[in-house]
Amino acid sequence: MTEEIIIAGFGGQGVLSMGKILCYSGVMEGKEVSWMPSYGPEMRGGTANVTVIISDERISSPILNTYDTAIILNQQSMDKFEKTVKPGGMLIYDGNGITRHPERKDITIFRVDAAEEAARMKSNKVFNMIVLGGFLKIKPLLKMENVHRGLEKSLPERYHHLIQLNEEAIKRGMEIIQEVYQPA
Amino acid sequence: MGELRLMKGNEAVAEAAIRAGADGYFGYPITPQSEVMEYLMAEKPHERTGMVVLQAESELAAINMVYGGAACGKKVMTSSSSPGISLMQEGISYIAGAELPCLLVNVVRGGPGLGTIQPAQSDYFQAVKGGGHGDYRLITLAPASVQEMSDFVKLGFELAFKYRNPVMILSDGAIGQMMEKVELFDPVPRSKEILPWATTGKTPDRERNIITSLDLDPKRQEDFNLKLQKKYGEIEEKEVRYEKIQCDDAEYLFVAYGTSSRVVQKAVQLARSRGIKVGLFRPITLWPFPSKEIFAMTGQVKGILSVEMSAGQMVEDIRLAVKGKIKVDYYGRMGGIIPTPDEVVEMLEKKIIGG
Repeated sequence: MTEEIIIAGFGGQGVLSMGKILCYSGVMEGKEVSWMPSYGPEMRGGTANVTVIISDERISSPILNTYDTAIILNQQSMDKFEKTVKPGGMLIYDGNGITRHPERKDITIFRVDAAEEAARMKSNKVFNMIVLGGFLKIKPLLKMENVHRGLEKSLPERYHHLIQLNEEAIKRGMEIIQEVYQPA
Repeated sequence: MGELRLMKGNEAVAEAAIRAGADGYFGYPITPQSEVMEYLMAEKPHERTGMVVLQAESELAAINMVYGGAACGKKVMTSSSSPGISLMQEGISYIAGAELPCLLVNVVRGGPGLGTIQPAQSDYFQAVKGGGHGDYRLITLAPASVQEMSDFVKLGFELAFKYRNPVMILSDGAIGQMMEKVELFDPVPRSKEILPWATTGKTPDRERNIITSLDLDPKRQEDFNLKLQKKYGEIEEKEVRYEKIQCDDAEYLFVAYGTSSRVVQKAVQLARSRGIKVGLFRPITLWPFPSKEIFAMTGQVKGILSVEMSAGQMVEDIRLAVKGKIKVDYYGRMGGIIPTPDEVVEMLEKKIIGG
């Protein structure tokens, strides 16, 4: 098993930390992982993206130009990364602020309205965990106990009281994700 | 099994330095390697092991603090990125000339000049041919993973002290910034041993220890240079390191190090899926360069493509190694762009197989 993922959105949405939690959960599950961020001036306020690979085998290139799954959290990222999903692959997006919805006919498309759900949960910060939950529902690569351990490892101890809230958000994400298009 | 962590390459260097029993780190921030010092400052190794971490006022100050620490026989290091390493070259030449051990980490970014903060491999010449003046060599280690960023800190210090020679880890912005799983080695305590050559203050029972790179007597200076060359010869004999991936049945060969070697591993899979028998030769020591081992491949493969994030620097050493026996060409990208596996396979077909 090798899953090649791009997570892309605005800086501050928790794109990089979502990737990190996913990777740490993978480590806890005994997988090989890599986390390759876009770095530099674009990180502050602009677009942020991270390539995450989870695999049973030694990972070759940590930098990719096509992906099994694209998790897209703003319009700029939709414009940039919709076309990079491998045929037969998967695109997950949050509809908030999206003016041009995905149009590909050769990939499966899911929508997870995480921004809306985060507002309902009265915590903007769990936005990325709702998205992560949606992803894990569709691609159950990792056991929830390892995701729990991944959260413990990723979050500094002073935030450990928030793990329960994060797990609640992951569950919400699993509940609200919807398939919007499946190729024939 | 050691402790498993998910870390950035830069963080792995910092944690490994503490675990390797380093006595001191002196540096000055520059993207994309600032996490080395950030991690050290947050980790407070002065409380953990007594290791000193100091942000110098400039790269010049940092390398000269390394020079001073090394002259006292201490396990000391610095890290920087390309423009910062250029600033350090005078000090590096002095350290090599004074035969002192130390570890230098270059997390390379694109150049020349201030260039870009994105990853590159365009400091190869500077590292292996001597960016400073004089006939000196740096043992140059090229990590291709976060794991090796950690492992090579330990190895680097061992080699530095074994040969009393500066060692450089030549990494790049991609490996510095990416996170991977790392198995950390168990910590070793800082050494309390006072090395016999160290300038720690004269005691009545011995002569003065003098550390210098200056000798104005031509005869003695030449003798010293010959001694250095003899040491370099021994290192070339004993310390060559490399990895061969899918080379057993290879008809063609990629040579790549660091981040490029990761991309090329994917290119090897891709090419093989199209029926092209190609392997990857990954130099781990860039100096000493695995010339003999690459020459040995010329009996088996028809051509070599060097893949680099530069205008073609290592390709010169490959050409010297194969002595014109087979075709050698280069493909690379610059300015912070990382080549893609598809491009690499396409160039193999165009420049080596078709060419």
